[in-house]
Amino acid sequence: METIIEIQHLSKTFGTNEVLRDIDFSVKKGEVVCIIGSSGSGKSTLLRCINLLEKPSGGRIIYRGEDILDEKHDIHAYRTKLGMVFQQFNLFNNYNVLGNCIVGQMKVLKRSREEATKVAMKYLKVVGMDQYINAKPRQLSGGQKQRVAIARALSMEPDVMLFDEPTSALDPEMVGEVLKVMKELAELGLTMLIVTHEMGFARDVADRVVFMDQGVIVEEGPPEQVLLNPVQERTREFLSRTLNQL
Amino acid sequence: MFFQKIITILSENWQMFLRGAAMTLYISVIGTIFGFIIGLVVGVIRTIPIPEHGWRKPLLKVINWLLSAYVEFFRGTPMMVQAMVIYYGSAEALGIDMDRYAAAIFIVSINTGAYMAEIVRGGIISIDKGQFEAAHAIGMNHFQTMVYVVMPQVIRNILPATGNEFVINIKDTSVLNVISVSELFFTTKSIAGSTFIFYPPFFIACLIYFIMTFTVTRILRLIEKKLDGPENFILAGNQMQVARPEDMIRKNS
Repeated sequence: METIIEIQHLSKTFGTNEVLRDIDFSVKKGEVVCIIGSSGSGKSTLLRCINLLEKPSGGRIIYRGEDILDEKHDIHAYRTKLGMVFQQFNLFNNYNVLGNCIVGQMKVLKRSREEATKVAMKYLKVVGMDQYINAKPRQLSGGQKQRVAIARALSMEPDVMLFDEPTSALDPEMVGEVLKVMKELAELGLTMLIVTHEMGFARDVADRVVFMDQGVIVEEGPPEQVLLNPVQERTREFLSRTLNQL
Repeated sequence: MFFQKIITILSENWQMFLRGAAMTLYISVIGTIFGFIIGLVVGVIRTIPIPEHGWRKPLLKVINWLLSAYVEFFRGTPMMVQAMVIYYGSAEALGIDMDRYAAAIFIVSINTGAYMAEIVRGGIISIDKGQFEAAHAIGMNHFQTMVYVVMPQVIRNILPATGNEFVINIKDTSVLNVISVSELFFTTKSIAGSTFIFYPPFFIACLIYFIMTFTVTRILRLIEKKLDGPENFILAGNQMQVARPEDMIRKNS
């Protein structure tokens, strides 16, 4: 399988606080990778470094063989290849549902309004929000907002989808509807990188689970191995804490 | 007695009052619009993130310094004094014979601009960081993010403050009588001076000022409502073609 994103020796510091230390990590085409770990372990920062919302302090990010941290690299073009879904949805408040899904296509990808609408409707149907195209973000529930946010990211037809704790800001009964959509996307063969606290979801959907602690990758492997028979002591400790809460 | 006086003065001078009111409105409308544009431009420039290196860094710093000097100076001095300095100063020091109406609009515009710049800056700062991040994440650059995502929200949010500036401008154009602009206060003063009757004309001017400011406030409120769009949305592809939702509820209860 072709490697889409390869991260080498990535580090990130905020002042004197080392958030990421020497991360080596890669994502292959069609793979679903779940990143787990306690709060403050650096997993969200890793995701945000990948699409350069945070500037890495050191290391390299290789996207399809190109070093995107190179000064000459067009980061805006690179970002269109990554679809980002945020914990807080971040729908554009000044557009309705359809507007949210077409503005990026029209202004960044320079698609015509008709084409953009066609693409947007296709993905709004996938997430089950095609009836709500006239609604403003403030009129939607959290789960609906997050599904629209997923459709907005998909409408750019990216190579990789990045999910930053997509269900952490949702009421428990809305978590299910968002996870269901994500599961369907995984079955469609999309490449996904998901930061999550949903262990059940990671077990069912992930091809690979990455456990992070204190800015380093402690353990990675298939979900059966990392979640059920972890090798590292820290992984075991984390899992016993999270699984006890259930 | 009082009302009789008012009616006589109105019937004899209504054209002058109207002309004065029209001039006041004209200067404040144009001044507010120009001021709004100046404020948008200055506010946006002042919130551009300063890059860490490159030639743009010193350039932006100098521009920011100049703009903040402009804002501080025009906010910190009375418009009446500015009018004297600019109008007479241009004539005496620079030898330019400025048209007094052009001078009036210029003074109101740069004054409003200084206030609006801060209002716009506050509006931009108050937009949630997530809106910027989401726009950047789909590949928009800083300019696109501002134009398509941030500024539409900022403009909606600062409309009440803009209305405030508009109302202040309608009232404060009265200070322009010091450079003999024939706005409402100036014409009222002339009427009072020629008839030797004082408080009725000024009472009439009072009412006219209030009517103008109140109308402007109402109109802006309507614009705000229009921008917010309808409270409810319509489901696309709704299958209930005959029954309206209200009917359904009635039927079920």
